[in-house]
Amino acid sequence: MKRPTRDSADSLRMITRRGLILGGAQAGFMGLLALRMRYMQVEQADQFRLLAEENRINIRLIPPARGRIFDRTGAIVAENAPSYRITMVREDAGDVEDVIARLSNLVELDPDLLKRARRELKELRGDTQVTVADRVSWEDISRVAVNAPALPGVTPEVGLSRHYPGGGDYGHIVGYVGAVSDRDLEQIDAPDALLLIPRFQIGKIGLEVKKEDTLRGTAGTKRVEVNAAGRVMRELDRKEGEAGKDIQITIDNKLQAYVNDRLDGESAATVVIDCETGDLLACASSPNYDPNLFVRGISSADYKALLENKYRPLPNKAVQGVYPPGSTFKMVTALAALEAGVADPGETVYCPGHLRVGGRRFHCWKRVGHGNVDLHRSLRESCDVYYYEMAQRAGIERISEMSRKLGLGIEHDLPMTSVSKGLAPTKEWKLESKGSEWLRGDTVNVAIGQGYVLASPLQLAVMTARLATGRMIKPRLIKSINGVEEPVEPAENLGINENLLRLVRKAMYAVSNSRRGTAYRSRIIEDAFKMAGKTGTSQVRNITKAERARGVTRNRDLPWERRDHALYVNFAPFDKPKVAVCVVVEHGGGGSTAAAPIARDVTLQALYGGEPPLTAYPERDRARIKTQQEKLRQIRPDREKDKSDRA
Amino acid sequence: MSYLEYTVKTTPTGLRKVLYLNWPLIILLIAVASAGFLMLFSVAGGSFTPWAAPQMKRFALGLVVMFFVAMVPIWFWRNMSVVAYIVAFLLLIAVELVGIEGKGAQRWINLGFMRLQPSELMKIALVMVLAAYYDWLPLKKTSRPFWVFIPVVLILIPVALVLKQPDLGTSILLITAGALIMFLAGVHWGYFAVVIAAVVGLVTAVFQSRGTPWQLLKDYQFRRIDTFLDPSSDPLGAGYHITQSKISLGSGGWTGRGFMQGTQSRLNFLPEKHTDFIFTTLAEEFGFVGAFSLLSLYALIIFFCVIAALSNRDRFSSLLTLGIASTFFLFFAVNMSMVMGLAPVVGVPLPLVSYGGSAMLILLLGFGLIQSAHIHKPR
Repeated sequence: MKRPTRDSADSLRMITRRGLILGGAQAGFMGLLALRMRYMQVEQADQFRLLAEENRINIRLIPPARGRIFDRTGAIVAENAPSYRITMVREDAGDVEDVIARLSNLVELDPDLLKRARRELKELRGDTQVTVADRVSWEDISRVAVNAPALPGVTPEVGLSRHYPGGGDYGHIVGYVGAVSDRDLEQIDAPDALLLIPRFQIGKIGLEVKKEDTLRGTAGTKRVEVNAAGRVMRELDRKEGEAGKDIQITIDNKLQAYVNDRLDGESAATVVIDCETGDLLACASSPNYDPNLFVRGISSADYKALLENKYRPLPNKAVQGVYPPGSTFKMVTALAALEAGVADPGETVYCPGHLRVGGRRFHCWKRVGHGNVDLHRSLRESCDVYYYEMAQRAGIERISEMSRKLGLGIEHDLPMTSVSKGLAPTKEWKLESKGSEWLRGDTVNVAIGQGYVLASPLQLAVMTARLATGRMIKPRLIKSINGVEEPVEPAENLGINENLLRLVRKAMYAVSNSRRGTAYRSRIIEDAFKMAGKTGTSQVRNITKAERARGVTRNRDLPWERRDHALYVNFAPFDKPKVAVCVVVEHGGGGSTAAAPIARDVTLQALYGGEPPLTAYPERDRARIKTQQEKLRQIRPDREKDKSDRA
Repeated sequence: MSYLEYTVKTTPTGLRKVLYLNWPLIILLIAVASAGFLMLFSVAGGSFTPWAAPQMKRFALGLVVMFFVAMVPIWFWRNMSVVAYIVAFLLLIAVELVGIEGKGAQRWINLGFMRLQPSELMKIALVMVLAAYYDWLPLKKTSRPFWVFIPVVLILIPVALVLKQPDLGTSILLITAGALIMFLAGVHWGYFAVVIAAVVGLVTAVFQSRGTPWQLLKDYQFRRIDTFLDPSSDPLGAGYHITQSKISLGSGGWTGRGFMQGTQSRLNFLPEKHTDFIFTTLAEEFGFVGAFSLLSLYALIIFFCVIAALSNRDRFSSLLTLGIASTFFLFFAVNMSMVMGLAPVVGVPLPLVSYGGSAMLILLLGFGLIQSAHIHKPR
């Protein structure tokens, strides 16, 4: 390996030269790296430090406990029940399938949820919590907890979910809550950050949505340190929020339950209000629905069944449903005429069975006529012709004004969904909405609560309470918030001549207690609790001339949806009115046969504060009432038992 | 004075060789490796398992290997260069046949006691064979086309095999290291100018080929380039590595967040925190002071290597020393550029610091060769 010395020397010189160039270049590059380091770590350090903190620290909202709802006696209407779910972390589980198999021996796993969970366990990062079972019962969750050593990576989680122990009793009043939907968010301008918490529940309908602000409370916050998978490593600090306020409603739980049971099987509505305070003691619409179904997320089969039921369980017929009030409107017509002085209480009108107005025959329900009728008799026997005459004398404007004074055709301010305004028609209204002149015939129809006039059961109950007291009773639903009583303003005087009101009340007493009254069969025997009422039967179809000629078809021969609505309004006790009741049975036939018996049962139940003794009923009804009471008693224990099974 | 005489006279023998080792270099290597142990201890959450302890054992083994290689006269290693190259070449072929898949690439051969990455071995073998080639080749022939063509072939054969694995990072390191030795040996500037122009053309062609049937790079390689050019475009997907890496590095500030206090690595935001991205953990926990210190240690290693190379009296020793030093330089320069967002994420470890056995062993073997050249140089 000998080499000429010159070559060797040249070669070494070359290597030295190029080695220095290369070394210099490398030094230069390292200088560049140092500069970059300095730029990032010194000049931009604050910015990167902030990003690192953002990575590390998450601010989590602590959802507040929703305010509970109680009835007037303190019974729970809506509560927050613990709801359990089971989560799993792949990293900790080891063999996922093995753990799932063992878990499914302990708890029934929903196949759909499990399918999603399997996919998430496979695709998401190994330390992500995945929900494998939701809404698990307490027994299941305890089984999982006990077997924890055999179930690595499995954690039982607890949260709060709304529960309505009364089931369907309060569905129409209180409504229900549900998870926030995209549509909910769209409708709110500046959504509370709380609403973005997964599974957060807000009011969807009824009191729950109307009093959302009161019930929701404010969120607390906690700062937590999370790892890259978003799993919480530790809590740094927390600020507690404020729980939602509890609401006590005016409903009496026992009465509400009774009314719901009593109406079971009918398409009907009942409102009971306290004559002194306007408190809604019961407010039921039948059939009802179980709001708990909606909280869980109702199955499409259940929802379809609710939608397709011809008795329409979903709308609240008590405040939302409007009906022609029929003869229950006659007090309004009479008072409009008497107050105006266009008629005298003692004055009689001759009823031949019909009245001809503007070339049209208006019939009385009694074909042969009542003969001479005064105010008392006209109400007691519900003569139509008397009111045809009175209405024409008073005119529609006076009738309409009297309606509004008594609480019809106006919106009552109640925290419930779709509280109807009803309709107390005027000439102006008809011109605006129908584009035609008011006819005399229209007035005649309104006289007996047919035609354009519409009222909800709530409004009719308010009307009855106002007639009974002569004061402007306003309905209310909220008794207290967080234990602070909502003040009841003393109701103003209606400004109707008290003598006239007394005459009307006496006539209503006769309806129920005179042998010739339309509701005599549904009277109360107990002296202390005698009631005054008025029946109503409102047509939902036109009776043609031809039909009238061959005899009006009886209700029970008609298909259900063409039968008349049955109505009854009453207050009791007569001497010192305590409660006002309105019962509407859709397509129930006659007010005296379908609505009055329910109203009597409900009134007695309300006044006795429980099951009334049979002695309150007329003797011939007692046997029937006894079986009815026994039947109703049987419904409740079952329902109580259902609830304890569910919990 | 005959060559033999000269050698025998001035070269230390036996245990006296230990005194002639390049001790500053050894101390620097131990310092850098210690920084690595510290960081591996930290990223394991304050534990010697699973990374720090095995790494220390491997480093100790590597030091022993280095000493043995250093004791053997450099001319033996010069004569072994071609053998080393052929062995590395055969292993690269073998990895194609029996290799173990790691992260989508065939890179390892399992030797039972360790996993060997033949491409690592090839880095040293290539430097050796090129240094030996230019030691043999008379200087005046260096720039003649035929004699330029031969080392190019020697470089491109292993590059092709490594690219096929596929391991882009190592391919680039091999080409660059080979080119640097050719440059040091005195190949004419013109060749480099032509090659650089060609590379620019090729890169253009590669980008043009995207989405066509003759696509030249794998999809994952294109994605890496994309996220390199704009890491913020996909912060949770492909750009996650680089974004989190920059956050860790930058959040260190002047003096860092303190030993084992780096939230980015402790909370797993940082990927590959014990291998390719270990530098960011160091920068996060010890700040600019720590990162700059490590860079300075690397710079000193290069400095001592260059000094040693220039004092070597024969061509093979000088080229070998500079070549291995350049390979070492390329490792940490590419790795640091990568984690600082200056280069694409190509999967190059931080030498002596990143967790990994064969890379460390091979590097220490390379430093053994430098020591051997240092001991056995004519004095």
